[in-house]
Amino acid sequence: MTATIRVNGRDERLAVATVAELLHLRGIDRPRGVAVAVNGAVVPARRWTEVALAPGDAIEIVKPFGGG
Amino acid sequence: MDTATTNKPAEMLTIAGKSFASRLLMGSGGYPNQQVLLDALAAAQPALVTVAIRRISLEAYAESLVDLLDEKYTLLPNTAGCMTVQDAVLTAELGREALQTDWVKLELIGDRETQYPDVEQLLRATEALVKAGFTVLPYCNEDPVTCRKLADAGAAAVMPLGSPIGSGLGIVNPYAIERIVVTSPVPVILDAGVGTASDAAMAMELGCDGVLLNTAVAKARDPRRMAAAMRAAVAAGRDARLAGRIPKRTQAEPSSPQLGLIGG
Repeated sequence: MTATIRVNGRDERLAVATVAELLHLRGIDRPRGVAVAVNGAVVPARRWTEVALAPGDAIEIVKPFGGG
Repeated sequence: MDTATTNKPAEMLTIAGKSFASRLLMGSGGYPNQQVLLDALAAAQPALVTVAIRRISLEAYAESLVDLLDEKYTLLPNTAGCMTVQDAVLTAELGREALQTDWVKLELIGDRETQYPDVEQLLRATEALVKAGFTVLPYCNEDPVTCRKLADAGAAAVMPLGSPIGSGLGIVNPYAIERIVVTSPVPVILDAGVGTASDAAMAMELGCDGVLLNTAVAKARDPRRMAAAMRAAVAAGRDARLAGRIPKRTQAEPSSPQLGLIGG
């Protein structure tokens, strides 16, 4: 089953059940330095496997970049 | 002779109970490449290195800045570019999760062109983040009243701008910075506007507790060399501050004896 989920500001049709599955699908298997928020709330890495994604969810996947 | 003013705890930069061997804070943005960044940081030996929290590229793999830096340096996530309290707070929370630190350089700008802080929102975001357990270092205007309000709101330090971000104009209002230093109950870090080593030295001579800079090193012709210059400038400025400068006077005051001149 696919659902429309907003990933980093872009709507995508995805067949993923959890945050962990979405990250894996995107090749983000090394969680160090990566942080995730779903609908404006941070989801700690230890909960990625349990937090389910629902149609219409907005997910932000971020990491540190060079900055001042 | 030991000329260093470091190595004595009382002489170290201390923010929120944590002491640092260096009074120089460096940004990590805008370097020509990662090796130059690493070389510059090695030359500067900064107390903290700021990083931005941004959306991951979902198309291409990029080497992680965390893997590159976090064994050698203490990383300080910022909220650069945020224009609302909501975005700044969420970015701080993401930074805390990404880097496992509750320290944040809080940046909340009012417009993209000037990059000037939005004081009203900055205060609200400081209050919210302090309440949420963060150690908040706000980038702010060089305004003693704003700095006092931020300290009252629980900021662990205040970081007034010397001049606009990336401008390299140095400290355009040294009297305001001096006044902030006199009145601030928390450490004062001069943030933004440093263009060259003398600006960093001046900040320390004015009594600032530290200097945060990025572009002046990242965009220098030789970033590694400029980083070394900044490190020396911060140390020299600090020493000059502690040594106590002479009063300025408008007339000459010869340092050689006025009596016993030959001739006449």
